[in-house]
Amino acid sequence: MTQLTFARAINSGLRKSLDNDPKVVLMGEDIGTLGGVFRVTDGLQKDFGKHRVIDTPLAESGIVGTAVGLAYRGYRPVVEIQFDGFVYSAFDQVVSQLAKMHYRTRGAVKMPITIRIPYGGGIGSPEHHSESPEAYFTHTAGLRVITPASPQDAHTMIQQAISCDDPVIFFEPKRRYHDKGEVDESLDPNAAPPMGQARVVADGRDVTLVAYGPLVKTARDAATAAADEGVSVEVIDLRSLAPVDFATVEASVRKTGRLVITHEAGQSGGLGAEVAASITERCFYHLEAAPVRITGFDVPYPYSKVEMHHLPNLDRILDGVDRALGRPNSLSGLEG
Amino acid sequence: MVTDDAGQGGTAAGRDNKTGHQGGAGHSMVQLITPAGERVSHPEYDPWVRDVSDEQLCSLYEDLVVIRRIDKEATALQRQGELGLWPPLLGQEASQVGSVRALRDDDFIFPSYRENGVAYCRGVDLADILRVWRGAASGGWDPYAVNMAIPQIVIGAQTLHATGYAMGIQNDGADSAAIVYFGDGATSKGDVNEAMVFAASYQVPLVFFCQNNHWAISEPVRLQSHTHLAERGTGFGMPSMRVDGNDVLAVMAATRVALDRARRGGGPTFIEAVTYRMGPHTTADDPTRYRDANELEDWAAKDPIGRVRALLDRKGLFTEEFESSVRNKADSVASELRSGCVGMPDPEPLDVFKHVYSTPNSWLDRQQDHYSRYLASFGDPAGATTEEGAR
Ligand SMILES: Cc1ncc(C[n+]2csc(CCOP(=O)(O)OP(=O)(O)O)c2C)c(N)n1
Repeated sequence: MTQLTFARAINSGLRKSLDNDPKVVLMGEDIGTLGGVFRVTDGLQKDFGKHRVIDTPLAESGIVGTAVGLAYRGYRPVVEIQFDGFVYSAFDQVVSQLAKMHYRTRGAVKMPITIRIPYGGGIGSPEHHSESPEAYFTHTAGLRVITPASPQDAHTMIQQAISCDDPVIFFEPKRRYHDKGEVDESLDPNAAPPMGQARVVADGRDVTLVAYGPLVKTARDAATAAADEGVSVEVIDLRSLAPVDFATVEASVRKTGRLVITHEAGQSGGLGAEVAASITERCFYHLEAAPVRITGFDVPYPYSKVEMHHLPNLDRILDGVDRALGRPNSLSGLEG
Repeated sequence: MVTDDAGQGGTAAGRDNKTGHQGGAGHSMVQLITPAGERVSHPEYDPWVRDVSDEQLCSLYEDLVVIRRIDKEATALQRQGELGLWPPLLGQEASQVGSVRALRDDDFIFPSYRENGVAYCRGVDLADILRVWRGAASGGWDPYAVNMAIPQIVIGAQTLHATGYAMGIQNDGADSAAIVYFGDGATSKGDVNEAMVFAASYQVPLVFFCQNNHWAISEPVRLQSHTHLAERGTGFGMPSMRVDGNDVLAVMAATRVALDRARRGGGPTFIEAVTYRMGPHTTADDPTRYRDANELEDWAAKDPIGRVRALLDRKGLFTEEFESSVRNKADSVASELRSGCVGMPDPEPLDVFKHVYSTPNSWLDRQQDHYSRYLASFGDPAGATTEEGAR
């Protein structure tokens, strides 16, 4: 075990994948000599060469579209989109080309492409640098969407994504890049929990709190604070956003009878809506209250002086827990 | 021989000036066979087709005729309700045959949706060519069986795939090349421009083959560009050629030049094949709404098939025997196409779930399970699949 930051943990996972499979290539803007604007690919071009770690022209559709062509040729490209707000330029290549190629060729052409996207807010960036676009991709058949919440998961899940024969959107919670955690670099990714599996990160009896990516830490902190008030919160880290491991969430909700979901992305049509609806379908008679969503607002990501109002924090999550429990909360007295 | 548009057919091209005469004097048009069927010499390009024997010329003629026949038969199949849609290539036969016949089997082709002539020459099964247009598949064939990607509907998207594929060829140290087909309208797309940046930047072994058929549905090429499209390639630092796209030999020579450069590590080349879409954009289109009949007449005089026929005639090769052998070939291809089309089995209901992922997906598996239970509840699995339902 070593203490690694999130960013180093991904770097070490990428290094292992490059080592293990000569068909793995990294592509993106500034990922070579600079090592990426977050230094996630630091040192990899020096060690693996310019043909394995490719600095690309500044063109997002170009990056994803050429990765599709490389996959056609048998490569396993790992693409970096520099920031969340720039993936839209590549949207067509992701949703109409990458996601559908296996289907359109009836399985003849595999698209083992991983798209790494640093996402989410909380770092005081200018606009287009703090977005949470996951719902666009979870809505697209053919893609897998995952997001790690700990350095260990970041390390293993990036390797699992790269070895997966389906396209994987790998969202990296950028405000956690510098958080440190224990990482067992010798862990065999095949022996680790599969990337599609959610994880119960804190046991509890009273409420199920579902989070992913950057908010898993906040959710755990909220659970700790709730425990001080005598409320037992079970925290689930989804890890996979498409598909969601509903079985794990369902088992928890059958036990607690209450569900709170939190994410940074805006509420309408977001992943929280999917989780609420699916869990309601699956265990309606076990629910003691309507599911509660604590999310970002349906606004463009706000400027940094007010972003803390947009982002779900510990107190907003606890307020949501109170709503699920029918305890006094900020909306008490409001009908509907 | 080097001509401009007007000189190409001896008639005044683009009378209303809507489609002809884009500016840009940088590239004159390469022509080796005139519309009258005269073989004219060109010091730079002649050497690239010197090996084309009389026999091969006859075989190119046969390709042109057979492809035109495929197009006609498929259009008829569409009219008879056997195909949902068909994108005709009438008039563009020489661009497709000249380029595809310059390729090696290990070169990889990325087409748009109109390269059905290319697919035929590549040996794609005739029924497979129609599969997409019949609505029985979204691809049609196994790309690796013929080294040709499936048709692309999103304009220009395939130019990036071709560029990435060519990056792979380069990384592998292979001496094959890739070729990508797209139209004049596509040159306006971001993807095509990004592809040219990547391809030139990495000097990948790729041929950008633009069939300038003068129309993007109803929009004339002038709305896409005020320079010859070949100038676009030049702007990205790519050697570029402008060839008579109705001249099968000129197209073949240009494609060979480009492929040779690609194989020798000389990077990508842009070819503008100046041709004309003589039919509608697709069977759903009505070109009389936007196109002048005179324009069609002008281009009919530059027909790609007529001029090879005239050339063969001049050489004494266009015998009755040859003509009937070509006709027989076209007849048999057409009837095979038709029977392959009408005999094509419909896909199974649960096929909609197949190949979305290459590994199991819990969401989809559940939906498939639920839907198959639903179907099973009818006893007859096809029972509930009409829009009105069966109740
Ligand atoms: C991205 C995109 N936009 C619009 C369309 C609809 N569309 C289909 S073909 C076409 C015109 C394409 O013209 P061109 O690139 O010149 O090729 P051609 O059809 O003439 O061969 C259009 C607008 C499309 N398929 N894809």
